[in-house]
Amino acid sequence: MARIIVVTSGKGGVGKTTTSAAFAMGLAERGLKTVVIDFDVGLRNLDLIMGCERRVVYDFVNVISGDANVGQALIKDKRNPNLYVLPASQTRDKEALSVEGVGRVLEQLAEEFEFIVCDSPAGIEKGATLAMYYADDAIVVTNPEVSSVRDSDRMIGILSSKSRRAEQRLEGIREYLLVTRYSPERVERGEMLALEDVQEILSLELIGVIPESSAVLNSSNAGVPVILDRESSAGIAYGDMVSRYLGDDLPHRFLKVEKKGLLGRLFGG
Amino acid sequence: MGLLDYFKQRRGSDSAAIAKERLQILVAHDRRGDGPSYLPQLQRDLIKVIRKYVAVDNDAVSVSVEQDGAREVLELNVVLPD
Repeated sequence: MARIIVVTSGKGGVGKTTTSAAFAMGLAERGLKTVVIDFDVGLRNLDLIMGCERRVVYDFVNVISGDANVGQALIKDKRNPNLYVLPASQTRDKEALSVEGVGRVLEQLAEEFEFIVCDSPAGIEKGATLAMYYADDAIVVTNPEVSSVRDSDRMIGILSSKSRRAEQRLEGIREYLLVTRYSPERVERGEMLALEDVQEILSLELIGVIPESSAVLNSSNAGVPVILDRESSAGIAYGDMVSRYLGDDLPHRFLKVEKKGLLGRLFGG
Repeated sequence: MGLLDYFKQRRGSDSAAIAKERLQILVAHDRRGDGPSYLPQLQRDLIKVIRKYVAVDNDAVSVSVEQDGAREVLELNVVLPD
């Protein structure tokens, strides 16, 4: 039985695709067969973040409409044999997706994969609601910033009312909070919502805190999921998050301002 | 820049506390949902009536419906100007 995970947020630009790519790669690195699907039909970007944009031949909409089969559309990751990408269509719009069509494709993928990661588009329109409809688990990506927290709260409400699990009165979607772009320096100065504040408002289980890091932009520039940058705080934090998802009990890191040594202070290092 | 300014700057603006307070109110409001569809019109009518007697701002009148067990409570809150 495959596990379907949606990466969602409501608000755009908070790190859904970065998270989807890192999370999927992290699962694959642990030997788990994983596919990551781009639900952002018309504005596809997961292929760019994964670095496979020039290998897209068929896409998700082609598979739903029967122009291609799943095997033709899946792109095998060149770095990890356990990882595949199902790109979104760039030319169609989100109306090309349907509950039945998405359900059929997910069912086929479930035969072959252990984890199906759904990268949701921003907003609460069709692409976003379909990305979460079949989910077993949800990762709610939130920046410590008012509009992002509000939108996440709205998304949590939608997850609990408009999913397949809600409609069929099954056990609810397991929801996790992932805080991204966290800056302990700014929190200490009182300029940014602290982790505890975000948690208090959203009251979800915290699966990870990704610190603000230049490695995220560097990785997306290069088309490499940031989790592969093992030197970077963001890469390490994503690694921890994958472990926690798989059941490890790890303390959260990068929550406090790193004290600079005397030399660092003198030379501004 | 004086020494005092230096420390002020170090401590920052504490806008995070404002953010938290605004969010808590907003999220509580969002979670309650929109309530019955007549609420916005009721609110506009009430403002009109109250303005016959007192000059109040648009945001001085708030109307909401809260579920209290089996009872629905219509809450009307009018802030009079000083």
